[in-house]
Amino acid sequence: MRAARRGLAAALTCAALAGCLRDLDPYLEERHTVAGGKAGEGPAAMRVYGCGSCHTIPGVRGADALVGPPLAGFAHRRYIAGRVPNQPDELVRWILHPQGVKPGTAMPDLGVTGQDARNIAAYLYTLK
Amino acid sequence: MRPLSAARPRLPLAACALLAGGCVGTGVQDVLAPRGPQAERIADWFWISFALAVAVFVAFVAVLAYGLLRARRLGERNELPPAHGRNLVLWGGLVVPTAILLVLLVLSAYTDRRISRLGRGAGPEPLTIEVVGEQFWWQVRYLDPAHPHREFTTANEIHVPTGRPVRLLLESRDVIHSFWVPNLHGKTDLIPGRTNDLVFQVDEPGVYRGQCAEFCGTQHARMALLVEALPPAEFAAWWERQLRPPAPPTDSVRVKGRDVFMKNGCGVCHSIRGTPARGRVAPDLTHFASRRTIAAGTLPNTRGHLGGWISDPQGIKPGNRMPAVPLKGEELQALLDYLHSLK
Repeated sequence: MRAARRGLAAALTCAALAGCLRDLDPYLEERHTVAGGKAGEGPAAMRVYGCGSCHTIPGVRGADALVGPPLAGFAHRRYIAGRVPNQPDELVRWILHPQGVKPGTAMPDLGVTGQDARNIAAYLYTLK
Repeated sequence: MRPLSAARPRLPLAACALLAGGCVGTGVQDVLAPRGPQAERIADWFWISFALAVAVFVAFVAVLAYGLLRARRLGERNELPPAHGRNLVLWGGLVVPTAILLVLLVLSAYTDRRISRLGRGAGPEPLTIEVVGEQFWWQVRYLDPAHPHREFTTANEIHVPTGRPVRLLLESRDVIHSFWVPNLHGKTDLIPGRTNDLVFQVDEPGVYRGQCAEFCGTQHARMALLVEALPPAEFAAWWERQLRPPAPPTDSVRVKGRDVFMKNGCGVCHSIRGTPARGRVAPDLTHFASRRTIAAGTLPNTRGHLGGWISDPQGIKPGNRMPAVPLKGEELQALLDYLHSLK
């Protein structure tokens, strides 16, 4: 009986720790904060600019295309466009002006505003 | 009888709006928000039949409730005298329903006659537009038989002047489609090998959405169109703009974009007036940049959506006739620049 209780306690502790580790992954939290970005407004902005016509994006209605890479798990990607490290300032720069980051890429400059780019970047970092 | 107008507050409409969660009577694709005389008469007809149906339902429930209560009160002594039972079936099952159906039949025929007379005969000359349905888009040709050089073709958007009857000549190049803009009129089929016509008038400037209303293939659901009603002066100016081919590109990126368009064979299916692109099997792109949507109302006409559409048309609208053309990244950018310069 006591052994079973101890086992249960151990299991609960493990589960709690695993949950914490997952939620508080220091690498992601620290590296993936977009100053001034409101993640909740990202999906609406992405619908306006038409991101979903090329990308599959979890949480964005109608975004199921495969022209460009699917963006599920974006927070875990190490590179953007296979060229620059996946960091908030680089991501915002990429969304604003992909042709400047990687001239000749198929991803067009979409005339995204600074605030929209920050909102989109913040949302993409919620995709874990 | 003056038709119900959208401006007058309407009690049944308000009640219905509540029932339907407030989504009735305000939309851009809405039978109950008529924006022209034909649609108003159809809406009138709807409300009359709706009121009759409600009356029948209420009467039926009242009789049922009376019967149930009476049965409970009388218990075993519940049987109607045979003459009463026969009369109930005779009146409730035969005479009254026949009378109601006759009223509906007469009103329906009357509504149909009223609508079919509107915009024909006396009054201003209707504007005639030919609309050809194809899988899965609409070709729109503005006709001016007296001045053939003033005719032109566009696609998926129909601009009309307010306050003037518009006569559509409806044809199909493949299967049966149906033209339906609920704010403006009922449905009319587009049938291969014959020309149907539909006369409507829009009284209020605005953009109204319509769609194919006859199943026509895999992308039937994404065969939509917009009708934009403009005040007459603006409509005349719009027509003049449509007649002018777009200015040839001057900056190097757009010139490159035009070359990409021509070299990859886009012009075999699409036309752009003033260029060698003369294709007739896909939407005319002469003034593409001024359109609101791409792929027949499927997506907003933004650079992002257009890039995705050109890169993978079958991903967005599987089964449509447009193939994906493999383009380098910079070719795609130049093509987007060129297409969005076609104002």
